[in-house]
Amino acid sequence: MERTDMANATLAAPDREAWSARLKDLGFWAEWAALVGLVVLVVVFQVLNPTFLSPGNIASMLVAAAILIVLAVGQTFVVATAGIDLSIASTMTLGAVAFGQAYAAGWGLVPACVLGIVAAALVGVINGVIIAKGRITDFIVTLGTLSAASGLALILSDGKPVTIIDPALLRLSTGGIGIFGWPFLIAVAVALAAHVTLFHTRFGTHLLATGGAPESATAMGISTARIKIAVYTISGVLAGLGAILLVARIGAAEPAANTSFLLNSVAAVVLGGVSLFGGRGTIIGPFIGALLLVALVNGLTLLGVSQFYQPLAVGIVVVLAALLTRFQR
Amino acid sequence: MTVQPEPGPVAGDTLLRCENVSLSFGNVRALVEVSLTLSAGEITALVGDNGAGKSTLVRCISGIHRPHSGRIVFDGTEIDFHSPEDAREAGIETVHQNLALVEDLTVWQNLFLNREIVHRVGPVALLDRRAMQSRAREMVSTLAVNVPAVRSRVRRLSGGQRQAVAICRAAGFSSKLVIMDEPTAALGVQETARVEELIVRLRDEGHAVLLISHNFAQVMRLSRQVWVMRAGRCVGGRRTAETTGEEIVALITGAAAR
Repeated sequence: MERTDMANATLAAPDREAWSARLKDLGFWAEWAALVGLVVLVVVFQVLNPTFLSPGNIASMLVAAAILIVLAVGQTFVVATAGIDLSIASTMTLGAVAFGQAYAAGWGLVPACVLGIVAAALVGVINGVIIAKGRITDFIVTLGTLSAASGLALILSDGKPVTIIDPALLRLSTGGIGIFGWPFLIAVAVALAAHVTLFHTRFGTHLLATGGAPESATAMGISTARIKIAVYTISGVLAGLGAILLVARIGAAEPAANTSFLLNSVAAVVLGGVSLFGGRGTIIGPFIGALLLVALVNGLTLLGVSQFYQPLAVGIVVVLAALLTRFQR
Repeated sequence: MTVQPEPGPVAGDTLLRCENVSLSFGNVRALVEVSLTLSAGEITALVGDNGAGKSTLVRCISGIHRPHSGRIVFDGTEIDFHSPEDAREAGIETVHQNLALVEDLTVWQNLFLNREIVHRVGPVALLDRRAMQSRAREMVSTLAVNVPAVRSRVRRLSGGQRQAVAICRAAGFSSKLVIMDEPTAALGVQETARVEELIVRLRDEGHAVLLISHNFAQVMRLSRQVWVMRAGRCVGGRRTAETTGEEIVALITGAAAR
C-alpha cells in the first residue's frame, strides 16, 4: 500500500502528479467518490425525468440539503479526530424543543434561537468533556447523550410539538437569492467557515494531527483533550443551528427522534471521503455527500419509487462509498 | 538547516543535571534515583538493556512524565514540565523513537506542528502556508541527500527521510538540547550513516545531543560521554575516550561494578 519506493526514487519529487496519472489511480476516485456519484445520479435522474433539473426542483433540493450539510460539517470535525457524534440528531431535537418552548413562553425569536443553540452546544461540551477527561470511547458517550438528549426533549415538551408561526422564520425558510434559499446559503457559509478553520488555522492543523496521530500530537505539545472538547462543542453548536433551520422548515418544534439525520450525517461524511480513523478529510467532500443523499431521495420520489426503497438505496450507496474509501491513499 | 541555539552555556559546561530522579508506575519502579549530567555542545550517549529506563528518563526530561522525586536542572534553572510544550519552550526538543510525525500531514505541516507561523486577518489568525513552506524548504534543503518534497505527505516518505524530517524539526527551533531516542534503530546501513552525519552536524552547530542507542559502535564513534542504565538505575558514566565497548557491555549486564 505504501509507496515508499517511489518516494525514494524521486529526489525532490514534484509536489503534484499529472492528471492523467491521477485518473488511473483508484485512490483518486475514492477521494472524489461523492462528486462522481452525484454527477452520475444527476445524469441518470435527468434522463429518466426531465423535471429533475428544473429550477424549482433544484431550489427545493438545495433547501432540503441545508440541515444535512450543517450537521455533516459538524460530524466531519468530530470524525476527523477519529471520533463519532451519535448524538448529533437528538441534540438538534433538544435544541429545537428548547427553541420552541422559549418561543412559546414569549421569549422573542432571537433569544429563543440563542437558547436553542446554547442548549445544543451544552450537550456538545458535555460529550467532549466526558470523552476527553473521562477517557471513555466516543461511541459509548454519544450513544448515551443520544438517548439523554431525546429524553430531555420529550420531558421539556411533554411529548407535544409546539407550532411556531413567525414571519421572520417564514422568510428564512422560503426566501433567498435566486434559486438559492436562505437555509442553503447559511449552509454554504457554515461550510466555508469550516473549510477555513480546518485548513487555514492552527486549530485545524492540530485537529487533524489529533485525529491522525494522537501520540505524536501530544509529543509536540498539542493538548488533544482540548481539541476533543472543541470538536464536540462545534458539533453541538451546528446541531443547534440545524435545529433553527428545522423549526423554520416544518413550522413547529417537535420532540421527534430525527434518526435519519444521524444516519445521513455519518453517511455524508463517509461519502465525502473523510477517514473514519481520523486525521484526513475535507469539508467539500461531506458537502457534496449531503447533496448526493438529498438528490438520491428526491430523484427516487420524482420517479415514483415507493418511499420504502429510499433507506435501502441510501444504505447501498453508503456501503459502496465505504468500500471505495479502502483505496484511499 | 538549523537555527543556531541562542548563546548560552559554553561547550563543556553542564547543560542538564538529573539529581536522584525517581518515577514509579504502580509497583514498577521505572527510575530509581537516577543522577547524571550532560554537557553543552557535545553528544552524550545513554545506553542500557531494554526496559532499563532510558526512554522513561527521556520522557521525564521532555515533559511527558513528571518525576515523583528528585530534580532536573536545565541551563541553570530547575525544571518542572507539565507538558511536552513546556519542554519545547525551554529549548528541549525530542526525536522520539516513533518520530512523532503525523503521517497524513505534509512535511512542512509536520515541521511546524504546534509552531505554526500565522498572520492576522482581522480577528482571526490564519496560517501563513507560503512562509512555512519556504522555510521548510530551507530547513530540509541542506539534508545530505534524498530531500523530501515539503508538500508531500509524510506517509509517502522512506524511513530515512522521515528520520531526517524529525531531526530537522528538533533542530529547527533554536533548541539547546536535542534528545534522540534510537534514531537509527529502524534504518539501513546507508540511511544510518546519513543520520549520523546529521547528528554530528547538530553538535557542530552548537546543540547538545542526548543519544539513546543500542549500537555500541555508533556510541563509541559519536559520543564524548556515556551513561549506562540498568533496571531503572544509572549504574555508571564514562568519558567515551577512556572506556571500551567491553566495559560498557559489562556495566549494562551488571558484570562490572561502577
